[in-house]
Amino acid sequence: MKTQITVNGETVTLEADPRVTLLDALRNHLALTGTKKGCDHGQCGACTILLNGQRINACLTLLCMHDGDEITTIEGIGSAESPAPIQQAFVDCDGYQCGYCTPGQICSAVGMVKEHKAGWPSAVSDSLTGEIDFTDAEIRERMSGNLCRCSAYPNIVAAIREGLE
Amino acid sequence: MRPFDYTRADNAEAAGTLAAVGATIIAGGTNLLDLMKLQVKTPDRLVDISRLPLDRIEATENGGLRIGALVTNSACAADRRVREDYGVLARAILAGASGQLRNKATTGGNLCQHTRCPYFYDTSEDCNKRDPGTGCAAQGGINRIHAILGTSEACIASYPGDMAVAMTALEAGIVIRSADGETRTVPISTFYRLPGDTPERDNILGPGDLILAVELPPPPAGKQGYRKVRERASYAFALVSVAWAIAQDSTGRIERARLAFGGIGAVPWRDQTVEEALVGQLPTPEVIDAAADRLLADARGQGHNDFKINLTRRTLHAVLAEACDKEGRA
Repeated sequence: MKTQITVNGETVTLEADPRVTLLDALRNHLALTGTKKGCDHGQCGACTILLNGQRINACLTLLCMHDGDEITTIEGIGSAESPAPIQQAFVDCDGYQCGYCTPGQICSAVGMVKEHKAGWPSAVSDSLTGEIDFTDAEIRERMSGNLCRCSAYPNIVAAIREGLE
Repeated sequence: MRPFDYTRADNAEAAGTLAAVGATIIAGGTNLLDLMKLQVKTPDRLVDISRLPLDRIEATENGGLRIGALVTNSACAADRRVREDYGVLARAILAGASGQLRNKATTGGNLCQHTRCPYFYDTSEDCNKRDPGTGCAAQGGINRIHAILGTSEACIASYPGDMAVAMTALEAGIVIRSADGETRTVPISTFYRLPGDTPERDNILGPGDLILAVELPPPPAGKQGYRKVRERASYAFALVSVAWAIAQDSTGRIERARLAFGGIGAVPWRDQTVEEALVGQLPTPEVIDAAADRLLADARGQGHNDFKINLTRRTLHAVLAEACDKEGRA
């Protein structure tokens, strides 16, 4: 079946079986291999992309459900030649070892900061209704859907703080 | 995944008609697609309801709140009315899953997530919930996360969610449209089914039933909260969780108490005799122990999860300590 999506500003129409996940469509149909397949079950966060501005696991949704939607992948955040501040911060802070989780970490961080700016509380926020300081504890809790098996977590937190402040 | 036909429903009627003849409803898909990839679920047809206009949170005439079935978990927990008046619900949602999953998971879908355990996922193991009549590999297997209340010979899985535990404490009603167009509101206390000898049915939904909304009554008096005890700090199922709404009078006695438990029951667990044991009393250790005795009278461990019995008692003490003002404590 046909699905039209806009990926990193470019509108494309894909013909695919209904079983094709958004993740497989990005990687296999559009050759946007920056988005990674880790667990393929929503547990690791390596496939995190922005769907209409919100971060989701691309592995746990079907392409065919997203007709007309806007998607941003790591390729739309920045490039090697012209990295976004958050990407440069991951380099500067050594926010990875193998790098496999990094595109998902960065897309997740971009979505996470928007959620914080919108005033959304998290499980570690003291108040549900007051101002929420952007503490390391808040970053860790809000990023818990992104695993790093190299365990570069301290530097990931540092990179997010540096890249987004 | 096995092949399936996909249809996007234009309205509730179309969704109900397809579901009545065997189509599986998909909304956020975070639980269903996970299970389809493992071929635990093998639907022939999906009907996508994600574009139906059920994504609003609205005040009700009686001072409550109506949460549309397609309101995402994120949007529900971020809603100012939910945060101000139903803190237990915001806290419970935020204690579950990850940011990415909460952005996709819906209110109705979360209610319908399967009561499940690792053996349900493992198609090489016996599981009465997945394949009725095959047996339960969890009994005699690794059963650390399993239930201690409401289990049966057929199934010992614990209800894994958080949102519905809070909604149980809030006495929510679930608005269901049946395939013939009739709409009924079912108290959440009767929505989930104990496993008995038919653990394959988690809830009372029949073919063609579609959840339209969850209705919350006016907020309960007093303080609210959600305490979740788990094996890592974030993104893990509860070992024990407690959704609570507790009011004290000026002398410190407990005036009202609503308590619902997650992680320990085959369904979101509420036992009103526990609340009755607390109401009218000062929250002394003896009173709390008496309430815990009632809650745990029929609790049965499976070996690895025996610790949950004591953990539940201690968590109840911690909840009362958090809920009650110091001057109210004897």
